[in-house]
Formats: sequence, structure tokens, C-alpha cells
Amino acid sequence: MEPDDNGIEVEGLVREYKKGPRAVDGIDISVAPGEIYGFLGPNGAGKSTTVHVLTTLLPPTAGTARVGGYDVVKDGPKVRGLIGVALQEAALDPLLTGRDHLRLQATLQGVRKDQRAARAEELLNRVGLADAADRKVSGYSGGMKRRLDLALALIHSPRILFLDEPTTGLDPQSRTALWEEVSLLRREDRVTVFLTTQYLEEADVLADRVGIIDQGKIVAEGTPAELKAEIGRPSVHAIPHREEDRPRIAEFLSRFGEPLATTRDVAVRLRDSLGLTDIVRAVDQDGVDIADLELRAPTLDDVFLAKTGRTLEGATEEADTAEQAKGKR
Amino acid sequence: MSSLPQVGAIARRSIVRTSRQPASVIPPLIFPVALMAVNAGGLRSSTDLPGFPTDSFLAFALAVPFIQGALFSTMNAGTDLARDVQTGFINRLALTALRDWALLTGQLAGVVVLGIVQVLFYIAVGLATGVEFESGALGILVLLAYGAIVSLSFGALGAWLAYRTGSGETIQALFPVLFVFLFISSMNAPRNLIGVDWFRIAATLNPVSYMIECVRSLIITGWDAQALALGFGFVIVLGIASLMLASRALRMRMTRT
Repeated sequence: MEPDDNGIEVEGLVREYKKGPRAVDGIDISVAPGEIYGFLGPNGAGKSTTVHVLTTLLPPTAGTARVGGYDVVKDGPKVRGLIGVALQEAALDPLLTGRDHLRLQATLQGVRKDQRAARAEELLNRVGLADAADRKVSGYSGGMKRRLDLALALIHSPRILFLDEPTTGLDPQSRTALWEEVSLLRREDRVTVFLTTQYLEEADVLADRVGIIDQGKIVAEGTPAELKAEIGRPSVHAIPHREEDRPRIAEFLSRFGEPLATTRDVAVRLRDSLGLTDIVRAVDQDGVDIADLELRAPTLDDVFLAKTGRTLEGATEEADTAEQAKGKR
Repeated sequence: MSSLPQVGAIARRSIVRTSRQPASVIPPLIFPVALMAVNAGGLRSSTDLPGFPTDSFLAFALAVPFIQGALFSTMNAGTDLARDVQTGFINRLALTALRDWALLTGQLAGVVVLGIVQVLFYIAVGLATGVEFESGALGILVLLAYGAIVSLSFGALGAWLAYRTGSGETIQALFPVLFVFLFISSMNAPRNLIGVDWFRIAATLNPVSYMIECVRSLIITGWDAQALALGFGFVIVLGIASLMLASRALRMRMTRT
């Protein structure tokens, strides 16, 4: 990769913390210029650590990483000069206004003095904060803070953008607005985007390619369509009328495929050549009492489940519980 | 890229932040003056003691707010910087082209500007209450310069504590410790008139005494070379040590490749 390239190349990246496990355990990633790469995984999987290494905030324990053609260890200042970063916590100063932040960031990023005000204005309009520009950030909603964070990351027109869980905690409307903005950046400015998320939908909607990380290792990588195609077969989910019917429905459905671990309904991954009509016919013949029956195409959660044996939601809850237990100790 | 605009931007942020927090601006101005007024009322008769250097206790006590105000600056600067560490704002700064020394210089430049504002306020209070500055207009300029150096030194101490601990609570907890240095000093009486032996020895060993006496000499004596040399000397040594510690702690805190 040449230094004028916008891509990201990671080989055998390892990051160990003192007295801790390997947060990142030998990962390889290749992100093409102008691509949106979704890095999907539960809390504690190693997503943020990877972002910290790629953005020069943490040195790797082993392996190499090149961002925009520059080595993150040897050429830290050069890497910082061409990337924009919005970290997981939108670290903003509650006493400064949105415009104050942009002015400060523009100066620190070396934006020319005669261009700072216009660039700030342009970005405030772009992220829909023009009306709130002169209000202190302490009065901003979570969505407004995220949008300001994005504007700050873009102040020096970076070629590569790192977004660490940019929509966590946002309402659906703010989430959609941010997705549109990220898509626009790629479409119009050809910015390469490295996006971490724990939301399947986000990775599915936004990313050209997805890397799924669990316990520091990449367990799957490809386009969302490729990953889902790996799973191949759809699943059928049934909701019983009565809770006591659940075992009977599970036994009934097991005739059509292998059972899936779900909590809300009874589900099986369909065997090849079977379809929903086969099940509906059997339901009718056997007189099985089902409130709702649904055929679902494979999702990224199915991919995660197939690769790790856990659902993404379950893995996130596990990580949260472990984190709480650590906090109590 | 020149670092001067970066220093200016960080200093501006420091000043804007402080000016938007009345709780950071008012106490360093009001509390030291209020304490001085209380002391001046209660200890006025001290001026009758043989050897007391002035007949105005207010003029004698006016030196204390200069140092007390600087202690407030230490706490405010330290707490602000510790908050930057706690919230991750320092990572935002680390991801820019900002140089470590420019961050520290800018932050301290903001503290110094606010320190000078404080000193101007104390001087105005002194002039308004009839205190005569024996060193004249030039002495007032030296007081301003000294106030700037004291703010810089104490601000650097606050910065060191902030980057070292990364905890605003720890810095606030240390504040009373710094105040002990102020109280065990010659703030309320000249050292030669302190009757309790241990207190006089402690005040003599305490550098804060010499800082107060430096300011005091410019107000009530005129030009006292020894007091000035000791006052400037101690504060410069404190400043150099604090700056070295702060910049080392900042380098460790602002990890980047």
C-alpha cells in the first residue's frame, strides 16, 4: 500500500494489557480505499482496542498496521494527520459551544486560519447543528453530541474515518441520520470508513464488508450477503399459543431442521429443499396450535451464532455481566 | 505547522472554560479578600506590637490573597485537566497535531492570564481600602509579574497532580494539604514576632512564608532585595520542578505512537 492510499492493512495484530487477556489476538484486516468496513462484535470483543491501535493511541504488542500507507508505530504523526476519529465516548467539553469545539479542533488540526470559520459553518450545517452552534454542549442531546463528534472528526477533511460505536445509545431517528451522513461521506468524498458496532442492522445497512470479532479474534469476514450466504438456509420461527405447547412445537419443528437456541420463540434452521409451505401443510395436517409462524432469511446474528455458538445479544449480555462483576470486586 | 496557534487555542479554551464557571472565578477573588478582611478586623491590634513592620494590618495582610488565590488556581487548573483525562478529552487532543509542550504551555498560559486578573483585583482592593504601595507604580508592575510566575508555578503543580492521578477528586482532596502550608507560614505575623517556637521554626522552613514576604515587602517596605530574591527564588524553583514533573506526567498520560 502506497502512502497516498486510503486503505488500512493489518497483519497479525496483537494487543495485550498488563495482567489481562489478549484484547486483540492476531487479527488480519484489509480495508480498501473508499470502503465502509463494519467491525462487528459484542462488548469487550476487542473492537475499541483495535481502533485505539489503528488511530495511534495504543502501541500494538505484536503485528503491523498501516493506515493510509503509513505504519501506525513508526509514522504516528503522519497517520494522525490523515485520519478523523470519533471514539466511543464523545469526549466533549460541556462548557464549550459546538462552534468553540470546531474552532479549537480546526486550529489544532492545522486548518488554515482564513478557512476555519467557513469550514466550521459548513460542518455545522452538514450535521444539522447550525441552530445549536452557539449553545454550550452541556445542553446537547446524545444525538447532537454524536453529530458534533462526527463534525469534529471531519474538520480537516480526513481521507480515513474511524467511528467507534457511533450510534450506541442513540434513538432510531438520530441513528438513521448518522447512517445517511456516513454513506454520503463515502459516496461523495470517497472517505474510507472503519466503523465498529454491536448492532447487526448497522453493519448490514452501512458496511460494504463486515469483520466479526469475538474474544479478540476475527471469526468471519466478508460482505453481509456473503456471510449470510455461508449460513445459506433460512430459519422458521414459531410462537406457541400457550406456553405449555412449546415442547410439542419444538418436537414438531425438529422434523424440518436443526433447532436454534432462542428465548422468545421456537426455531429451527430449515434443511435444504424444505420451505415454509411444507411446514404450513404439516401444521394443518397435525393440528398443531401455533399463534405465529415466520420464515426468516439468515442474519448476521445467525452468522455470529454459527461461528461462536452464541447470539450477539447474549454475548453482549455476558460481557456486561462480567464487567459488572469486575466492578464489584 | 507553527505551535503558537495551538498554544493560543488551548489558552483560549482554558480562559473561556473558567469564565463560564462562576464557581471557579468568584471564590479565588472573594474568599481570600474576605479572609483578609476578617483577619484585618481581628488582628488589627497586632500592629501595636513592638517591631511590627507597619501600622496598617490591611497592608500587612494584603500579601496573603496573592498566594491564597494562586492555591485556588492550582486546584482549578488541576481539576480541569484531570477532567480532561477522565472524560477522554485528552485523547481527542492526542489525536490532533498538538504537541505535548504546546498543550501544557497553552493550559498554563490560561492559568497565568487568570492569575494576573486576580492580582489586579487584589491590588484594586488594596488601593480602594487606602493601602499605600511603598514600591510605587514599578512595584505594582513587579507584583503583577510575580503574580504571573506564582500562577504559572502553582498551575504547573496542579497540572502535574492532574496528569499523574487523572482524578479531580484527588486534587480537591489535596487542596487542604496545600492550605496547611499557607496557615503554617508568616501570613498573620512577621516570623520574628511569632512567640511559639515550633510554629516559628515551621514558618521559617516553609517556602510559602518567603513568597508572602516577597509580596509584602513590595507593599509595606519598598525594595527589599533579600525578600525579593528569596520570594522569586523559591517560586522559580517550584515552577521549574513542577513544570518538569508535569511535562513528564503529560507525556506518560498522552500516550500515542
